[in-house]
Amino acid sequence: MAVPERVRQRDWIPSLIWLIPILAAIIGISLAVNTLIQRGPGITIVFSTAEGLEAGKTKVKYKEVDIGTVQSITLSEDRSQVLVSVQLKKEARSFTAADSRFWVVRPRIAGSGISGLSTLLFGSYIGADAGVSTDKADTFTGLEVPPIVTRDSSGKQYVLRATDIGSLDIGSPVYYRRIRVGQVTAFDLDEDGKGITLRIFVNAPYDKFVGINTRFWDASGFDMEVNASGFTLKAESLSTVVLGGLSFASPDDRSGPPANENTAFFLAESQARALEEDDGEPQMILLNFKQSVRGLAPGAEASFRGLVLGQVKSIGIEYDRKRKEFSMPVLVEVYPNRLGRKFAEDRKQSKYSPQERLNLMIKRGLSAQLRTGNFLTGQTYIAFDFHSGPVSIDKDARDMASADSSFLHLPTIPSSTDQLQMQVSEIALKLSKVPFDEIGRDLQQSLDVLKQTLESTGQLAEKLNDDVAPEMMAAMKDVRSTVNAVEHTLSVDAPLQQDLRETLQELARAAASLRILTDYFERHPESVIRGKRGNDR
Amino acid sequence: MKTAARLGMVLCGHCAALWKDVQAHDRCGRCGARLHPRKPDSLSRTWALVIAACIMYLPANLLPVMITASFPREEQQDTIMSGIIYFWTSGSWVLAVIVFIASFLVPLFKLAVMILLLVTAWRHSSWRLLERTRLYRIVELIGRWSMLDVFVVSLLAGLVQIQGFATVHAGPGIVAFAAVVVLTMFASMSFDPRLMWDTGAPEQEKPDE
Repeated sequence: MAVPERVRQRDWIPSLIWLIPILAAIIGISLAVNTLIQRGPGITIVFSTAEGLEAGKTKVKYKEVDIGTVQSITLSEDRSQVLVSVQLKKEARSFTAADSRFWVVRPRIAGSGISGLSTLLFGSYIGADAGVSTDKADTFTGLEVPPIVTRDSSGKQYVLRATDIGSLDIGSPVYYRRIRVGQVTAFDLDEDGKGITLRIFVNAPYDKFVGINTRFWDASGFDMEVNASGFTLKAESLSTVVLGGLSFASPDDRSGPPANENTAFFLAESQARALEEDDGEPQMILLNFKQSVRGLAPGAEASFRGLVLGQVKSIGIEYDRKRKEFSMPVLVEVYPNRLGRKFAEDRKQSKYSPQERLNLMIKRGLSAQLRTGNFLTGQTYIAFDFHSGPVSIDKDARDMASADSSFLHLPTIPSSTDQLQMQVSEIALKLSKVPFDEIGRDLQQSLDVLKQTLESTGQLAEKLNDDVAPEMMAAMKDVRSTVNAVEHTLSVDAPLQQDLRETLQELARAAASLRILTDYFERHPESVIRGKRGNDR
Repeated sequence: MKTAARLGMVLCGHCAALWKDVQAHDRCGRCGARLHPRKPDSLSRTWALVIAACIMYLPANLLPVMITASFPREEQQDTIMSGIIYFWTSGSWVLAVIVFIASFLVPLFKLAVMILLLVTAWRHSSWRLLERTRLYRIVELIGRWSMLDVFVVSLLAGLVQIQGFATVHAGPGIVAFAAVVVLTMFASMSFDPRLMWDTGAPEQEKPDE
């Protein structure tokens, strides 16, 4: 049997083989470490429903980037809520800030548009908005609707106070010069229930147009006004008609320094109302009308010589026991500052109380009157003016003035239509005094006389017809025969014409002879003396 | 019973020539292959490979093996288990069972068998030698079929590339899975089944020999 080859060889394989498990261990450990490092914080989001959510599949997204995955979905102990535990990625650690917001993105159809359509195909996902708070939290309450404004959108938020919400809603647009610049983000009833606080968000760069002088108004629907000045219809844009909206502007385009975040503004009912000059403190004036206030409504204007001073706040009715009659107290809100700067200054410096000053003016004839502003619609307004002659405040008004001093009292005079009625009735009274019977009788007599006169005239005409007419006819016949004769005489073939023509021919010939003769005499003037020479020719 | 080892003879593993008086690092005089009475360092090498395979078995099952993105659904990462669960929940029980056995149980079984063989061989145990040998043969037989998963994923990743509708990518898990398969195959190769018999052989006297 042959001997095998003897080759010395270093035996290093056995030690090298252990590199394989070491390598595998390194790979395994690095993978484990990597996943541990990549693993972000786990959070729990509380939703009212898990509709569209799927454990292990549903993603948490921020700006369409995956920042986490839903790990499990469980019910809360009282079964009222759904606890969704989410494993966030490491880079999404900032989403554990206590004020982070989470919501489920589902297809939504709202008046302002359709959103989340892609989720129809790809399934719902959880949207996220990172908070800024330094406090961390691991349990969040999910929003039922996506927030209108996320934190990364630049712009400013403002607070608006309104008396009612109108047709505004979350998401209603905010317009500036009819450009959409923002939207309503929230609204809430005030705690006392006396107003609404709206929050709006104006996107950058339009937020710089919101200054401290800026006025906001509700631009929803149609702005339709029927007042003494006629009929006005205004609308901001079609979408505001349907969805409602806000608009803002600054009087005279002077918005002033930019308003800070969360500055509170007043939301006016209309553009005209919003852009009204600052009128200072309004003054309440009570007017007692003793006539119909038909056509007068709260909001009707109160004017002084055509200048709108204020508006009617309320109309009431009161029974006067002493006089056993009704009066119509009308409360008018008047802005005295509208009467000019000088008046306002004078008013400030005056030592008299407003009522005393008013009384002085009343003595000079100041009074209020109800006037028809628009005959078509029957709207009336209240006109203040100095009427001729001082108007005395009746005693009751004075009593009432002393009884209730919170309002100024101004006497009223009957309206111009009432005056017209009175004048008409006066005319009627005068007319009724006219003795129409006597006039009638006289008229009857006169008519009788006239009848007689007419009869005699008829007789006269008859006589004329009988006597004068035949003679007239005969005369006319004579005239006609005369005319015929004349016609006959003057006709072309009449003897007279013939004779006349012949005579004229004769006369022409005579004239020719005479011309020859005179020519002859001209050439031979001596022939007058010597006679015609026979051998001349 | 006479064995080659007991008679001090060594069989060439390649050309089956029988040599006597072989020292370490000797080579076959006929084919030049290295001669050794038993595979050198068989136990430690197998141990190393099996430990490496065990380590890689974890990422193979935890990491996604296939990343699919088909049109209505978003990108989806599937591990072996999630695929099995998907098949099971969608009603394809047979497929789920097949995948479960081929991709999960078989590698686990191989690893377990290898560890069992190693431990018993290391402890020179003579416990159930025949069954252990049968187990080793089964492991040798099914080892190559475990690469089926890897082939399926790599085929799909190569074929299904319809941008926007369906794309399939191989995930990192399939690399680990392939590593497990390859390592267990190497481990079963490096394991010398004769080691089992070296200890308990004398008792197994067969009457006809």
